[in-house]
Amino acid sequence: MTELLFDALLAIALVWTALRALLVPELFRSVMLFIAFGLLLALAWARLDAPDLALAEAAIGAGLTGALLLDAVGHLHRIEDARRKQENPEGRERRGEPS
Amino acid sequence: MSGALLYALTGGVLFAMGLAGMILQKHLLRRILAFNILGSGSFLALIGLGQRGGPPDPVPQAMVLTGIVVAVCATALALALARRLLSLTGTMSLPGDEDVTD
Amino acid sequence: MIPGSIKRAGRVLALGLSLGLALLLGWAMFDLPPAEIRLPEQVAARLAETGVSHPVTAVLLDFRSYDTLLEVGVLLLAVIGVLATRAEVRDGVEPAPEPVLLALARVTVPLMVVVAGYLLWAGAHRPGGAFQAGAVLAASGVLLRLAGRLPAWATPGFTMRLGLAVGLLIFLIVAAGVMVGGVTLLDYPSDLAGGLILLIEAGLAVSIGLTLAGLFLSAPAPGANREDAS
Repeated sequence: MTELLFDALLAIALVWTALRALLVPELFRSVMLFIAFGLLLALAWARLDAPDLALAEAAIGAGLTGALLLDAVGHLHRIEDARRKQENPEGRERRGEPS
Repeated sequence: MSGALLYALTGGVLFAMGLAGMILQKHLLRRILAFNILGSGSFLALIGLGQRGGPPDPVPQAMVLTGIVVAVCATALALALARRLLSLTGTMSLPGDEDVTD
Repeated sequence: MIPGSIKRAGRVLALGLSLGLALLLGWAMFDLPPAEIRLPEQVAARLAETGVSHPVTAVLLDFRSYDTLLEVGVLLLAVIGVLATRAEVRDGVEPAPEPVLLALARVTVPLMVVVAGYLLWAGAHRPGGAFQAGAVLAASGVLLRLAGRLPAWATPGFTMRLGLAVGLLIFLIVAAGVMVGGVTLLDYPSDLAGGLILLIEAGLAVSIGLTLAGLFLSAPAPGANREDAS
């Protein structure tokens, strides 16, 4: 009974994190939620008697995929910043001034 | 209802969610993320269905292990293509969709 | 341009169809009878012939080794694809190494290499194996990159290319080599199977580690893409 309750909670958490990862407006949070989803999935593999998959999911699914996505998000943000600076070169100085 | 079937059903839900995300999202990074969720859903369904009321089945486990590694490779290739698209066109969406970058 | 109302209708339709698919999948899973072929028993019955005692490793590298062979090919193709499509790496400013990350990397990277070796060895009789070992190796590569100790891959040199391909090469040589003994492709002789599988796995771990790390490392350095926006 307790086990089934845990399984049900884990299933709900999986669906919830996945849904949030798909829907939150900020990309960075979306990727963070996806990493959390991967770690929860590793727990699910452990519950399904698949320790091989739990190991692989934690290292590859959450870790490496997360690192790749974060790197891409960072790349995107840097490009956005550079573009903004180009369109509005004085913006930076203005922001730095005490108002 | 057994725990394994519960996970298989969760996998089905995740698959549909990922599919909807891939169709509805315009941003390529988000599409790649949705693709990963879709893949995870199908992995869960495979393992969960192979395990209903029986001992752990090594055959789907080996298949899913292969799948996890292939999925990360596909993700990396897709990200590299998306970056190339961004540096060539300045947009993170496919032609025909409205432009998005952030 | 497509008018907004049609677009909205399309979105609702896609959502509805996805929901329907979820319900249909759930219904099918509830109705699915248990499989008639009992694979776990079949694997257990012939496990002794494979030279390893962990069933997942036996399936990966003996019963279904064809899948794994092709998978390694896919890995190699993916990393070639990433190397080919990325924007050219400019010699940008490398980020200053983070002292905390550097200290962490100094302690953990040697440990991670040991863990990878253990996982590789353990794969024969308990959870572990080439994939997990390769993943840990790749993670140590990523950590070294983040700590600023590894440069981005401009063009991988000969050693790197060999490292990327060594898993597939060893696998192919073993797969074809057993044919000399008069058996079919990938059908290892029982008395040698354990050693051959370990040999293949060692090559695979190196290649998988380098491939996965390479997927991360071949992205341009953080300081290098400033000009991309122009």
